[in-house]
Amino acid sequence: MTMATIEPIEINARFVPNPVLVKGEGRPLVYLHGLIGQEWPDLLDRLSGRFRVHAPAHAGSTDARDLESLDGFSDLVLYYDDLFDRLGLDQFDLVGHSFGGAVAAEYAATFNRRVRKLVLIDALGLWDDDHPVADHLLAPEATRRGLLYHDPESPAALARHKLPEGQEEMLAAMIGDITALASTAHFFHPIPERGLDRRLHRITAETLVIWGEADRLTPPFYGRAFETGLQRARLAIVPDAGHSPHIEQAAQVEALISGFLA
Amino acid sequence: MERKTYAGDVIRPVGILKEDVLMKSIFFHMQGYRDMPRDFAQRYESVWITPPSDELCDPETAGKYFRWNMEELELADELGFDGLGINEHHQNAYGFPVSPNLMAAILARRESNAAIINLGNTLPLYNPPIRVAEEFALLDCLSGGRLVAGIPVGTPMDTVGCYGLPPTQVRARYYEAHDLIKQAWTRPGPFPFNGRFTKLRYVNPWPKPIQKPHPPIWLAGGGSMETWKFATDNNYAYNFLSFGGPLAAKAMMQGYWDQVERAGLDDNPYRAGFAQMVVVGETDAEAERLYLDHLRNFFAISMHTPPHFAGIPGVMTTDSIRNLVKKNVNLTYKQYENPYETSWKDIVESRRVIGGSPETVADVLEESIRDLRVGHLMFILQIQSMDRELTEYNMRLFAERVMPRIRRIWDDEGHVDHWWPARATTQRKSAGTLEVVA
Repeated sequence: MTMATIEPIEINARFVPNPVLVKGEGRPLVYLHGLIGQEWPDLLDRLSGRFRVHAPAHAGSTDARDLESLDGFSDLVLYYDDLFDRLGLDQFDLVGHSFGGAVAAEYAATFNRRVRKLVLIDALGLWDDDHPVADHLLAPEATRRGLLYHDPESPAALARHKLPEGQEEMLAAMIGDITALASTAHFFHPIPERGLDRRLHRITAETLVIWGEADRLTPPFYGRAFETGLQRARLAIVPDAGHSPHIEQAAQVEALISGFLA
Repeated sequence: MERKTYAGDVIRPVGILKEDVLMKSIFFHMQGYRDMPRDFAQRYESVWITPPSDELCDPETAGKYFRWNMEELELADELGFDGLGINEHHQNAYGFPVSPNLMAAILARRESNAAIINLGNTLPLYNPPIRVAEEFALLDCLSGGRLVAGIPVGTPMDTVGCYGLPPTQVRARYYEAHDLIKQAWTRPGPFPFNGRFTKLRYVNPWPKPIQKPHPPIWLAGGGSMETWKFATDNNYAYNFLSFGGPLAAKAMMQGYWDQVERAGLDDNPYRAGFAQMVVVGETDAEAERLYLDHLRNFFAISMHTPPHFAGIPGVMTTDSIRNLVKKNVNLTYKQYENPYETSWKDIVESRRVIGGSPETVADVLEESIRDLRVGHLMFILQIQSMDRELTEYNMRLFAERVMPRIRRIWDDEGHVDHWWPARATTQRKSAGTLEVVA
């Protein structure tokens, strides 16, 4: 697996350049990451065989000062619209996981003509009192891992959280993790719901909703809620996966996405 | 001889005034729930945010404790403490003074010369924060200019946990609220305030504080470098509130004093305050007999807050995290493995609690106060399960036999306490009267 290239994209003077990971040739695909920071999982490498994959870091997830210019999802959606312009994207496929799923849905509801097809993987953004989304923020690390994965001890899950060697590098990585978690909390703490249900009807793109069967953070109830609330959506439940099926069952999720986007 | 108060008033003393050079003893009340189950830590996740109210906090009993707390604060006034200290916490069994301004209002109404150390209003939690400017001004007026306006950032438990603020917004809201309050007190109104979080067309609080330009502002910190810097940028008093004792606090206080030096300010000890638990008996042995079990309760119950509540991602800046890691500072207090088997010797030798006979306590305190270089001491004399009677016993022994021995610690250096309310002077009756000239 060859690593993607980092393309630092300037948005404007208010933000640090976004270190967008880019790889592959083909139709453009954008991947928006979840709660724990920018990533280039095996899934994206597989997809880069067919698509030109762009994986930005969420604003504020690498430098918290970005957040001073972002007071909510509408600001964040415009940030991404600028970023997609700078990347030269016109219409594209949009994939979002968890927090990134909420951003992808908000984006698709706002700029509904730019999103060709939408994939939501265990997306946040909805709330039901009888099925509360779990609190990953005020939780010890072990509990948080348990919320993120069906099996936090699986090789794929462990690999996702592997820290680099060397004291400075390790400290930097740990601070990076904290900054990333905080940047999503900036928009979603303490309840990850900001009215997306009122905007879902605006999403015109055909949507694939992928959900880990054992998601303890955002239970499959929400997969069905997205399926019901969207105009053209299909739900695929992934067995032996929790909140992160794209990590836990990469091959299966890649097959689902490739089939859907074909 | 004329001199100026912190607030800039000219004061012409009549008689001899000594209060502004005295080390200040503040009776600080945590206002906790005194009747907690001994196996609390085994049964519950945390003393803060999540201890279920219906299971643990009986309203009738809470009412009794609120009355005891007020009686103890009033007793402290009668015993000659220089200041009466209160603060703000939420959903916390070791202290649930949900609105310190309510307690301060009761104290402000009393005929008294003691400072009211309101430490304070957790600024990010007040919307709009003009309310703090109004209520502090009300308290300053009602008390006749005896208020200290404490403006803590707030703990992660209170701000992010109980009040649901995104951790990344706590400091931003804090700085903006501070800016608004300071302007509200010092600028002629009405004027517009266009903040990121607060937008007000007509800022024009009624009343403004008696103390001009405003009451002394005190900060409360737990080790954030930003707070040290904020203190020196604004020449505010900084208070380190810990339950770790002076030995554990040394590195942290030194960090503050280093910042004071970097900022080119003098090393006036009244820039700094510190909270300390103290228990006094007639003898060391009596102190052990009377208090050991209560201290064990405190460590077992009150200190039962998990690290993931104190260390919520986003509360600390990356610079502060790096600083803590580099200095190897652990902000979560060392927990005793078996608090109920911890010995008196362990506790007092580590100085987490300073305890013993009046002589022992005064000696250890003097050394600690000099070592940390603090001019404002917040003494915590009611600890966890101590009842009304035992608390009073501790307070009387402290006030009568310890306090007189530590008051003169900083006299030789001749510093003036610029951070003390102009009209709060417990010694006024004996030392003369104050005449404040606007």
